[in-house]
Amino acid sequence: MNHASFAARLASRLACILLIATCARLAPSQETKPPRVRVGSKSYTESVILGEMLTLLASAAGARAEHRAELGGTQIAYSSLKKGEIDAYPEYTGTLTMEILGDQQVQTDEDIAAALARNGIKMSRRLGFNNSYALGMRRALADELKIAKISDLKQHPGSNARSGAARSRLKFGFSDEFMNREDGWPGLSVAYGLSDYARGLDHNLAYAGIRSGTIHVTDVYTTDPEIAAYEMKPLEDDLRYFPQYDCVLLYRADLDQRAPQVVANWLRLEGAIDEPTMIKLNARSRIDRVFEGRVAGEFLNGTLGMKVTIPPDDRWRRVLVNLAINTRQHLMLVCVSLLAAIVVAVPLGILAYRLPPARQLILGGVGILQTLPSMAVLMFLLPLLGLGAWPTIAALFLYSLLPIVRNTFAGLNEIPANLRESATVLGLGPRARLWLVELPMASRSILSGIKTAAVINVGTATIGGLIGAGGYGQPIITGTRLNDITIIMQGAIPAALMALAVQGLFELAERFVVPKGLRIAAGKST
Amino acid sequence: MIELKKVSKSFGSTQVLQPTNLRLTPGETTVLIGPSGCGKSTILRLMIGLIEPDDGEVLFDGTPLTPANVKLIRREIGYVIQDGGLFPHLSAQDNVGLLARYLGWEKPRVVARVEEMADLTRLPREALARYPSQLSGGQRQRLGIMRALMLDPAVILLDEPMGALDPLVRFDLQEDLRKIFVSLKKTVCIVTHDMGEAGFFGDRVILLGSGRIVQQGKLDDLIRSPADDFVRRFINAQRLPTVETQGVL
Repeated sequence: MNHASFAARLASRLACILLIATCARLAPSQETKPPRVRVGSKSYTESVILGEMLTLLASAAGARAEHRAELGGTQIAYSSLKKGEIDAYPEYTGTLTMEILGDQQVQTDEDIAAALARNGIKMSRRLGFNNSYALGMRRALADELKIAKISDLKQHPGSNARSGAARSRLKFGFSDEFMNREDGWPGLSVAYGLSDYARGLDHNLAYAGIRSGTIHVTDVYTTDPEIAAYEMKPLEDDLRYFPQYDCVLLYRADLDQRAPQVVANWLRLEGAIDEPTMIKLNARSRIDRVFEGRVAGEFLNGTLGMKVTIPPDDRWRRVLVNLAINTRQHLMLVCVSLLAAIVVAVPLGILAYRLPPARQLILGGVGILQTLPSMAVLMFLLPLLGLGAWPTIAALFLYSLLPIVRNTFAGLNEIPANLRESATVLGLGPRARLWLVELPMASRSILSGIKTAAVINVGTATIGGLIGAGGYGQPIITGTRLNDITIIMQGAIPAALMALAVQGLFELAERFVVPKGLRIAAGKST
Repeated sequence: MIELKKVSKSFGSTQVLQPTNLRLTPGETTVLIGPSGCGKSTILRLMIGLIEPDDGEVLFDGTPLTPANVKLIRREIGYVIQDGGLFPHLSAQDNVGLLARYLGWEKPRVVARVEEMADLTRLPREALARYPSQLSGGQRQRLGIMRALMLDPAVILLDEPMGALDPLVRFDLQEDLRKIFVSLKKTVCIVTHDMGEAGFFGDRVILLGSGRIVQQGKLDDLIRSPADDFVRRFINAQRLPTVETQGVL
């Protein structure tokens, strides 16, 4: 059979298969199939509860609804909507004007709607609550000092927590994001003429600091249930410094045709949730630890008088599904970065061995990379590579270089001089010496460097959770945010187990990679 | 054939070899002997191109060694070092057959040749499947010699080949080696500091001191008519076993 006739037969078979597949796909669409609707939400409780509401409302309208919860931050959620990976998610007007459309000078709702329409996105009217920044302090302390408005703080200048100068001075502690946002503390302190003594700390730790009295004033979100739970008082923004963060729904314009009933159901939320209600809903989830789906369903049935089926709290199923997804993502981060590092680091190690003038440069260079803090590397890579997996992979790649380069160099360098000469006097050229003698003899050391890199990578890859790369870092970040150790464990325990598994896997691999003679020799010498 | 023409070599400020002429006699065994640091190993390393001369030239069959041709010339020279210099990651068989396999010999041919070499050096065939760390010192040295002979080179260079062996093993190996060299009519150059070994192997013995040839000839000539005091002292420094008989009976 010649090649041409073989190709012709292959092509005709492929055509048959394609035809059958196409028919199979077309067949069911002739009857009216329920529309498929994907709802997204960002990685915090309020967004997830609203996402659950949208999902339940879409199901009630007959759609096949799916909730892709906890997509990370604004950038990820909005770009997913723009690309059509999700059909809707809850957003805030302040975020739209300041962040998403920040470069377009939008002011009014009409401006926003017009700007969104250019991307095929529509915006609902306001749902009824404003989740803005506010400054908060313990109610008892505020009442004692007669502080009701932010401008009242001028009578109580902030103090550097470390100076501890006067006991009457208030200690200001703000979330790191608030400390650094232009519309956060830097702008606020100027607008109100407050002294700028304040320290940054994690938002979740701020509440603990307020309770213990370590700090007196912090930034809060106005719908945080902790405000009530910790007996705090939000101070009035009397100069109207903070922008409004009114909650709205963003959805793809084509839904009006694709699933008009779904949109109609969603818009029933307009004006239906006021601030006290949202605070209660958040409290049900964050403080009473009720599953977000139930919180959403009970609200829809109770307040909106609907009859949606409240989903069962399939917590364990969610844990397992998340575990599977996180494991896959984590493995991807580790494997891709490790493979790239092997491809680069082994030749670098060989170069350091073969080319003494380059040795210091190579070994020193990868050594310096290792000393950079992982957060700093990640943040440096963000503008270059965007959000998601790539910056994480790039950071892991950089950290993997040192152990592999160093062990490749060391393994080659410790080959006894008489054996190197033995290979030379046999008449083997440099390349043959490398492949037949030097690399096999250094294989144990090289493999051990790769193992070190892999084990470190499994742990370090958890920083990817910060920037939407997924993996075991995701539950660690979520758990830290919710102050929920059980969620943190869902990332920490599998990460530790994976590190152990990687270690075991490499010990197994040694049997195949390291030549038998070396293993026998090592067994004898120990 | 290997020849040194006015070759000298220094390491840093130390001259380890003064300008020296030396030619290996084809089919004969030449022994380089002398105290540590006399330059005997340096000569061997110059011959195989592990180091380059500062002055003069090293010729192989009349061709000067250059970085370009040294790799191919090395394949025509067998080189044996102390303890065999075997690669620990390869079996005995693969150590001996490494270069032949690299040069594209078919596996059956390599195996047959290795077995032939094992018989020649009286290495048990079952040792061929083992790894260097599983073999005795004598067996390792036999493998080193097999590897040197594998491609049937005209010249064999040996750098203190018996240095690490105990006396009984050394005695047997010396016997076997001399038979092999004589029967195969190889041109051989051995470096040693042992007078007994030099006399046993050497058609010609070259005594070196302080980087130059002090005297050369048959060992008998060196013993009977030493050229100078250094030769006399070196010869007298060899201690032979003496037996105290008085008082035993």
